[in-house]
Amino acid sequence: MEWIRNFPFFAILLAMVSGPVSSVLPGRHARRVSFLVVITSGLLSVCTLAYVLYTGEAFTYQMGAFPAPFGNEIRAGVLEAMTATFFCLIMLLSLVGGYRFTAVDIAEDRENLFYILINLLLASLLALIYTNDLFTGYVFIEINTIAACGLIMIRGWGRNLLAATKYMIMSLLGSGLLLISIAVLYGITGHLLMEPMHGAIVDIVEKGTYTEPLTVAVGLFCVGIAIKSALFPFHSWLPDAYGYSTCSSSAILSSLVSKGYIFLLIKFFYRVIGTDIIHQIQVDDVLFVFGIAGMIFGSVSAIQQTDVGRMIAFSSVAQIGYIYMGFGLNTEAGMIASIFHILAHSAGKSLLFVSLNGLTGGNWENANYRKLRGAAYRNRIAGVGFAVGSLSMVGIPLLAGFTSKVYFAQAAFGVSSTTKQLVTLVALAVSTILNAMYFIGQTINIYTPLQRTEGRPRVAVGRAMWTATVLFILLNLLLGIGSEPIFRWIEEGLRLFG
Amino acid sequence: MLSELTENYLAVVSMVLFGIGFGNLLIQKNLIKKIIGLNIMDTAVYLFLASMGYISGRLAPITVDGDTSASRYINPIPSGLVLTGIVVSVSVTALMLALTVRLYRRYRTLDIDAITLMVQREHLE
Repeated sequence: MEWIRNFPFFAILLAMVSGPVSSVLPGRHARRVSFLVVITSGLLSVCTLAYVLYTGEAFTYQMGAFPAPFGNEIRAGVLEAMTATFFCLIMLLSLVGGYRFTAVDIAEDRENLFYILINLLLASLLALIYTNDLFTGYVFIEINTIAACGLIMIRGWGRNLLAATKYMIMSLLGSGLLLISIAVLYGITGHLLMEPMHGAIVDIVEKGTYTEPLTVAVGLFCVGIAIKSALFPFHSWLPDAYGYSTCSSSAILSSLVSKGYIFLLIKFFYRVIGTDIIHQIQVDDVLFVFGIAGMIFGSVSAIQQTDVGRMIAFSSVAQIGYIYMGFGLNTEAGMIASIFHILAHSAGKSLLFVSLNGLTGGNWENANYRKLRGAAYRNRIAGVGFAVGSLSMVGIPLLAGFTSKVYFAQAAFGVSSTTKQLVTLVALAVSTILNAMYFIGQTINIYTPLQRTEGRPRVAVGRAMWTATVLFILLNLLLGIGSEPIFRWIEEGLRLFG
Repeated sequence: MLSELTENYLAVVSMVLFGIGFGNLLIQKNLIKKIIGLNIMDTAVYLFLASMGYISGRLAPITVDGDTSASRYINPIPSGLVLTGIVVSVSVTALMLALTVRLYRRYRTLDIDAITLMVQREHLE
C-alpha cells in the first residue's frame, strides 16, 4: 500500500504535464485530455483519502534529493485528500455543465488554450492543497493567478480583458504582500517547510524575540490572501471577473480559485503559526471583523444589482465573509464550519453559475433580471438548478448552505467572548435575511409566467448540462443531509494538522 | 534607533522600494506605470531576500577547487528563491504587458479609468 503515497505527486504532475501536451493538440483532443486528467486526478485523490483514512495518519513525500528541513515536501492528510477530491469533482461537473457554452464562446482554434488553462489551474490547486513548503505555495499561487486570468479573458471581449486586468492588478498586489511576508518569515525562522518553521516560531514567541516582525509577516500574509480571495473590502475585481466569463470559467473561478488560497491560509494558521499564536497576536479578531462586514456588505451590494451574474458574484463576497468569520472565531468548531462552508459554497455557487448560463443561453446580455422573468419555463432543469442553488445559499433545510449555517451557529455558542457570540448570531440572521431578499426574489422572478415565450436560450440544453445540473443538485442535497461523515473527516483532518 | 536603521540599511531600502512599487501598482492610472511599479515591488523583495542570504567576506555558492566547506560560501537558499521569484515575476509581467497591448489596440489608451468608462459605454449601447 506504500505506493499510494506517490499519488498526490502523480496528480499534480499529471495536470502540469497535460498543459504543454494540450498545447500541440487540436481543441477536441485537448478537451478529452483535460477531462481525463481531471477524472484521473480525482481518482488518485480518492485513493489517497482512502489510504489516509485507513492508516489514520498523514504522510509527507520528499520531493527531490534533499530531505527536510532543506528540501521540498508535499504532505497528504485527510483534509488535503478530501479537499482535492472535492475540487476535482466540482471542476469536472463545471466543465461538463459548461461544455456547450465553451464551444460557442471560444473559437475552435483557441479551444485547446482553454483546456491548457484548466489543466494548469488544477495543477496549481492540487499543489496549493498538498504543499508542505511555503515558498512552493507562493509559486503555485502565481500559477493559479495566471491560469485564472486566462480563464477570465478567454472570451476575448473588452469587458473580459478589463476584468482580467483588474484581477491581475489586485492579485499581484496580494502576491507582493505574500512574498514579502514569506521572506520575513524565512528571515526570522530560517525555514520554508511548515513543520520546522512552526518549531522556530514557537521558540521565537517563547523567547519574545522578533515578535514584531512575526506579527507584521502574519498580517501581510493574511492581507495578501484576503485580496486574492476577495474578502471585503478587497473585492473590487470580483464581480466583473465572475459575472461575464464563459460558463465553466465562472463556475470554476467562483467555486475553486479563491478556495485554494483560503486552504493555504488554513494550513498557514494550523501548521505554520499555530492557532494559539494567531489568537495571541489578535489576527483572528481582525479577520472576524472583516468577515462580518463582508457578510453584510456583500449581500447589500448583491441586492443592488440588476444583472443576475453580478448578483451571484457579489453573493460570493458575502459567502467568503462567512468563511473568514469562522476563522475569526478561532475555535475548532469555527474552523470546521468554515471548511464545510468552503465545500457548501463551492457546490452551490458552481450550480448557480451553470444554471444561470442555462437560463440565459450563455448570453450575459440576457442576465438582466427583467429578461430572466419566466426563464425557468424555457429551461426547466436550469430553473430547478437555480432554485436549489439559491435556496442552498439562503440556508433552507436539507441543503448544504443550511448545514454550514447550523455549524456556524453551533461554533458561535462555543466561543468564550459573549460579544463575538452575539455578533456572529446577529450577523448570521441579518445575512440570511439579506440572502433571502435577492435569491428568493430572483427565484420567484424566473418562475413568474409570461404571456408569451421570448428570449429563448441561444444554446439548447444538452445531455451534458442536464447531467451536470442534476449531479450538482444531488451534491448539494448530499452535503445538506449526509454531512456527518464529512464533518468527521474535517475534524480528523484538523487533528492531523495539529 | 538610527543605528538599527543604518545597520540594516538593505532591509530599509528594500521596504522603501517595496512601498514605492506597491503604491505605483495600486495608484497609477497608466497601465505601463503600473507594470513598472509591479517590477519595482518584486525587485525590492529580491533585494531583501538576497541581503538575508549574504554573509560578508564569503563567496557565491559555487564550489571552487572542490572546496565544499559550508563556511566558505554564502547561504544559497535565498539566491535560489530569488531566481524562482524572477521567473514568476517575468511571467506575470509578460502576461500584464500582453493584456495591456490588447486593451490598447482596442481602446487606444493606457489609462485604466478611461478604458473602464469606454467599456461601460459599450455595455450601455
